Amino acid sequence: MRIEIVTPDKKIFEGDIKSVRVPGKKGSFQVLKDHAPIVSTLETGSVILVDPDGKETIFEIEGGVIEVKANKIILLADSVR
Amino acid sequence: MANLKAIRIRIASVKSTRQITSAMKMVSAAKLRKAQDKIVRLRPYANKLYEILVGLSQSLSDSEIDNAYGRVSAPDKVLLVVITSNRGLCGAFNANVIKEARRIVSEKYPDQFRKGNLQLLTIGKKGFDYFRKQSVKMLPEQNNLLNDLTFDNVSKVVDQLMKSFTSGEFDRVELIYNQFKNAAVQNLTYEVFLPVQSVTPGKEKIVPVDYIYEPTQEEIIKELIPKSLKIQFYKAVLDSFVAEHGARMTAMHKATDNATGMIKDLTLQYNKARQATITNQILEVVSGAEALRG
Repeated sequence: MRIEIVTPDKKIFEGDIKSVRVPGKKGSFQVLKDHAPIVSTLETGSVILVDPDGKETIFEIEGGVIEVKANKIILLADSVR
Repeated sequence: MANLKAIRIRIASVKSTRQITSAMKMVSAAKLRKAQDKIVRLRPYANKLYEILVGLSQSLSDSEIDNAYGRVSAPDKVLLVVITSNRGLCGAFNANVIKEARRIVSEKYPDQFRKGNLQLLTIGKKGFDYFRKQSVKMLPEQNNLLNDLTFDNVSKVVDQLMKSFTSGEFDRVELIYNQFKNAAVQNLTYEVFLPVQSVTPGKEKIVPVDYIYEPTQEEIIKELIPKSLKIQFYKAVLDSFVAEHGARMTAMHKATDNATGMIKDLTLQYNKARQATITNQILEVVSGAEALRG
C-alpha cells in the first residue's frame, strides 16, 4: 500500500506502508490494505504510519483531505508540524 | 580628441558596473531556480485537489452546493489585489502591473472609484509606493509576504479576504499580476478571484469511483472550496515572484551586454586617442630635428 503526504509547500512523505491512522472529521480511523475507496476531510491531529517492518512514524497535521483508492492513499495536509 | 585619462576612468567605471550587473544576474538566476521549485512542489497538491473537487461536483448539481463564495451581485464594492515586487531593477515588470491596474480603475470601475468603493490591496513595495501617492483607498499593504513566501503566510491573507467577501465588505475581488511564462516573458494576468466560478470539469473524463464520503459530499465540498481558493491565490503570488526573478535576470543580462559593448567602444576610442598623441609626439620630434638642421 502506497501513501503520499503532500502540503502546498512540499512533499512530506512517500512510501510503502502497512497501515495508517488519520484524524477524520467524524472520528479517527485506520486504513489497512484493500480499504474501500474513501474521501474524507481531516481535522488537526496525528497521522500514524506503520511501515512494513512495523515501525511507527507520526506526523502532526493541521486539517486536510485524504483519498484512498485501489491501495493508493493521497493525503493533502494544510500544514505539517 | 577626448583626453586619455578621462577615457581610462570611464572604462574603469563601466567595468565595475558590469561586474555588479553580472553578479545580480547570477543571484537572480539562483533565486529563480529556487522559486520555480516551489511551484513544482505545489503542483501535485493543486492537481489532486482539483481532481477531487471535479469528482465531487460531477455528482452534485450547483444548487445543491451551499457556496458562500459564489455570491454574485452587482460589483458595488471592489477590491483589486495588485501584486508587484519589493525591489526594482527588473525592467518593465512593475510598470506593466501598475499601468494595467490604473487602466482597470479608470475604464472598468470609474463609478466605484468616485464613490470611494474601490480599494486596493498591494503585495509588493513598488505597487504600494506608487498607489500611496494616489487618492485610492488601500488596505494595509502585505509587502512582507514576498520576503517569506510560504503557504501559511499567504493563507492568512486569503482568510481575511474571504471573510470580508462573505460579510459583504466586497462584492468582487480581482487579481492583477505577472504570470511566469519563461525567464524572458511574463504574461500580465487579470483574473477574478471572488466570487468563485463553479468548477467545470475539463475534457478529461474521471472514471467515477464509488467513494465513501465522510462526513458528506456537501461538507467536503464546502471545505475544499476555500482550500482551492487559497491555492489559486498562492499560485498567483508565487507566479509573480518567479516572474520577478525572471524579469530581473533578463534585465541584468541586457545591462551586462550593454556594458560589454560600451567597454569595447571606449577601448577603441582610447586606443585611437593614444595613437594620435604618439603620432603628434613623433611629429614634434621630427620637425624639431628638422629645424635644428636648418
